[in-house]
Order: sequence, then C-alpha cells, then structure tokens
Amino acid sequence: MAERISVDISRVGEAQLQEPETEAVRARNTCPVCGSHYREEEMVANLRVCAHCGHHFPVTARERIVQLADEGSWSEIARELASVDPLAFVDTKPYPERLEAAERSTGLRDAMLAGQAEIGEMPISLAVMDFTFLGGSMGAVVGEKFYRAAELAVDRRMPLVSVAASGGARMQEGVLALMQMAKTVAAVDEVREAALPFVSVLAHPTTGGVAASFAALGDVVIAEPGALLSFSGPRVVKQTTREDVPDDFGLSESNYRHGHVDLIVPRAELRETVARVVALLSGGMPYRRAPLLPDLGAQRAVGRVLSGARSVFRTMRNDGADG
Amino acid sequence: MPTADRTRFRFLRRRGADGDSWHAVELARHQDRPYSLDYLNRLCDDFVELHGDRAEGDDPAIVAGIGSFRGQSVAFVGHQKGRDLKERTYRNFGMPRPEGYRKAMRVFELAGRLGFPVVTLIDTPGAYPGVGAEQRGQSGAIARSQLMLMSLPVPVVACVIGEGSSGGALAIGVADRVLMQQHSIYTVISPEGCAAILWKESGEAKRAAAALRPTADACLELEVVDAIVPEPSGGAHRDHGKAAELLGDAIAAEMDFLGALPAAERRHLRRQKFHRMGAFAE
Repeated sequence: MAERISVDISRVGEAQLQEPETEAVRARNTCPVCGSHYREEEMVANLRVCAHCGHHFPVTARERIVQLADEGSWSEIARELASVDPLAFVDTKPYPERLEAAERSTGLRDAMLAGQAEIGEMPISLAVMDFTFLGGSMGAVVGEKFYRAAELAVDRRMPLVSVAASGGARMQEGVLALMQMAKTVAAVDEVREAALPFVSVLAHPTTGGVAASFAALGDVVIAEPGALLSFSGPRVVKQTTREDVPDDFGLSESNYRHGHVDLIVPRAELRETVARVVALLSGGMPYRRAPLLPDLGAQRAVGRVLSGARSVFRTMRNDGADG
Repeated sequence: MPTADRTRFRFLRRRGADGDSWHAVELARHQDRPYSLDYLNRLCDDFVELHGDRAEGDDPAIVAGIGSFRGQSVAFVGHQKGRDLKERTYRNFGMPRPEGYRKAMRVFELAGRLGFPVVTLIDTPGAYPGVGAEQRGQSGAIARSQLMLMSLPVPVVACVIGEGSSGGALAIGVADRVLMQQHSIYTVISPEGCAAILWKESGEAKRAAAALRPTADACLELEVVDAIVPEPSGGAHRDHGKAAELLGDAIAAEMDFLGALPAAERRHLRRQKFHRMGAFAE
C-alpha cells in the first residue's frame, strides 16, 4: 500500500473553544428536546450529550476520533483525497461551489476521515463520517477512503471500525455515487475474506445508501440512542405510502426491537464498548478498563512521547514500502 | 487541492438537449416495455419460478428461479412490474420489500452452491419505502444482497432492462459484467426524488433528469456499465421477441467469457471492478 501516514495535529475542540458564542453556536448547543443550554467547553466535556435529558447531539468526525481513540494514537491516511465534479452537476448551485462552501465551513476535504488509531491500546483501522460536510453524503471520496481503511485493516491485520452519520449517497455525483455503495461492500468483502472483524457504529442519522451498504454489514452493529437509522426517511415514507408513521419510526430503539442492531450504547460508554467488542472479536485477552482515577497528566505526557515515536516509525516503515 | 485538478476531471460533457435524458426516462418506463417475466419466458426453454424468502413471505416485486438458458441451468433474479392496474398493484410497481431481497439471496446462494451462473434483470423505481419494509430490515437486506453477489463463486451478469433506480436496483446489480439496454436508465435516485430534495419541487423532474445523466450512453462513459445491449428500432416495447433475442445474445457472450475464469480470480476482479468506480482528485 502506498500510503503516507501523517500524524493529525488538528486539536479538536480548541478552535471551537475560542469561538465567541454567536447565535449559531448558541442554537447548536441548545438541547432540541429539553431546551437546556450549554457552553462549548461543557459540550466537549459531556461528549455532546445533554446532561439534563440524555439527548445525543451530533459529533464531528474529528471530535468523534478524540472521543474514541487513545490520546495521540490517531494517524490519518488518504487525507489529500478531494471530490471532483464528473457530471458537471448543477442544481440550484454548481456542485463545486457546494464543495468549496462545505470545505470552508468544516475545514474538511470530504465527509469521512480514515486512519489508524488505538482503542484501549489495540490498533484498529478507523473510518469516521462527518454529517456537517454536505449531510455526510457518500460520493467517490467517501467510498475510496472507506476502501483504503479496509485495505489498511487487511494490510496490518487490524480490525476495522466505522462510525456512520450520513443522509445517503451524494446525488451530485449521480450514478457514480450509487456505485460507492457497491464499492464499500467490496471493501467489507476484503475484510471478511481476510477473516478480520468489522464493527459498525451508527450515529444520527444513518440513512439511504450508507445505511444500505457498509454500515449495515458490521459483524457487530452498535447504535447511539435516539439515532434515525433507516433506508427511507419518515417524510418520504409518509409522502409515498400515506401510511401512519409511528413516533419511533426508524429510531435506534425501534431497530433494536426489530433485530437490526446488536447494542444501543450511550456515548459515554461507546469507547469502552467498542474496545471490549474489538478485543473479543480479535480472540485475544479481554479489554480491561483503565484503573480508576489515573494520573491523567503523567499518562498523557507518556502517550504523547510514545505516539511521536510511533509516527516516526510508521513513516520510516512506509517510506520503505513505497520505495 | 488546486482548482485545476478539479476541472481536469470534468470528463463528462453535456451533449445534446436536456430533453434527451427525459425522453430516456419515459422510454425506460414505457408501459409496453418487456418486464423480467416477458424476457424469462422467451430466453428459457424451461423456467421454474421459486417463491418465498423462507421467513416472512413472498415478494411479487421480485421474481426468482432456475431456468434452462441455451443448454445450461442459470439462476435468474429480476424486478417485476405489472402491466394493468391490478397487476401493477400486485407487483407493488416493482418496488421490493426485504422479503424480495431475501428471496433473491436464497437463489444466489443456491446458484453458488450448485455452480449455476447468475443473471439479474434490473427494473425498479426503488426499494419500497414503507413502515413495515423498514421494520423488517430494508437497509440490511439491500446491503447483504450486494455482499452475497460480491462473494459468489459463480459468474454473475446483470442487465438494466428499464428503470435502474437507487439502492433498490443496485441490491441485485453487483456483477462481473453489468449491461444496460439501449433505452434503459440507471440513476442514484429517481428524477422526481432528486427534484424534491435539491430543487424542493418534484415538478423539476426534467431538470433533475438532465443533471443526473441516467442514460445508457452516459453510464457507459462513466464506466458504470460494461456494454450497451441494442434494442429493436424504436425501443424494446416495439418487438418483445427481437428484444429478448438481442438480450439473450449479449448475456450468452458474457457468460462464455466469464466461464473461462477461475472462481477466485472472478471474485477478485469483481471487487476490483467496483473499487475503480468514481472520480476523485489526489
């Protein structure tokens, strides 16, 4: 694999912490269920879960990685990939303009980050979607990044973990976007053929082409509470069929009741649950919770040094492989 | 990424009037166009249709079975629409529920085990967006059907024979060779659905159709399909017999070619085929 591994130095949350509390931030940090309002640093500390009612707010890909991965363990692959406009697609705006606006507002190249991380000191290949980038829609870049994450897993004999949050296929890439469903399924087939486990985490919302491709194919499927997980959204169902749509239509809890997800896990327990599941599926020693009240300062310092050393080693190893 | 790289990838240039795409949509949906069973009855010397997913029920929007095609047993799976109002309703307008995809998977598995090639015929406005369909696992059924086709040890040929719309079409569209009839369409979402989302108005369907480029020519150019199957002059609805003959010849040619490859090689190539799809800058 010709992958350059670089350590992602973007510190999640820091930029947002300095952000003045604008109207938009205020709206974003107000719970839509109970109306509680939080300051940005409270949101980060609470993993963007409402402390009052337990509502799970959306999480960007970067912040999700910080929540899930061991500190300093993340190294991103395929970060240069960027979307193009194969159909010269124009709806009310040309597609390249939509892409540029999304890049500016999110600081991302596309709706997925892929890379290597450690969860509970176990190395995994991790692919995380970002709903803030064009509704987390899946075009060629998302398909390719997921495929590379799968190849990374196969290459280094690591489990694959994905976190989905997507409205579905990216219409602006037409039938090529549809084909990304099959492409991600092919990636899962590679992982399965290599007898490696794949854990799929579903966050709000996971619908359409992403719900009906790789995200549904986890050996273990974990959902966040209250997430909409369906092929068609409730509005489309109501319009097309004129059926009465139940209040909990397509939600995690309904999917759990009907047997489509293994676990519904609150965000505060997600990291540990993924670690336990990955450890069990890997056939090794069970994951042990870190001792309570660790010396965080010292641990982080050690973590930083170790991750620095690891990244140098990875770069060396990769240079060798590339040559 | 520099802007220059972006424009370099604009390989699909608009040609002809926007009306072309809409004309293609109308032809693909023509009510006299042959449906899966019209073809199967003409292509097979014998055909036994199989029913039921062995769990919930039988979905009439998907037909599946084993047929004798030019001297060998072949597993056929296709979407099925109805011609008159009663049959259209019975076939649910060709919109499958999860039971349909599970029936398809049952037949794919059988073909893989007994060593029959698989042929799928795609003709659907999309998977059925109903409450019950969702509760019975529409997304999972579509995903698993693709995965099963992706890993099959036997040759798989798919052909879009009318409307190839969204995940409901692709669920049976993963194949070693993907063909499209000349006047069929293949698209990520129906033009009406696209218009409702991007233009907030389903009346903009014609503009959406032009933007989506769903025609066989465009799909060939985008390397989503491998070949275009010719239709009788004016379209398949003019002469079902001739259309079936042309389709049969195309499928037979692909099967001859695929049959010569070892199973593991075929699976690898099938994955690589879908791996290559899509354009991006690096």
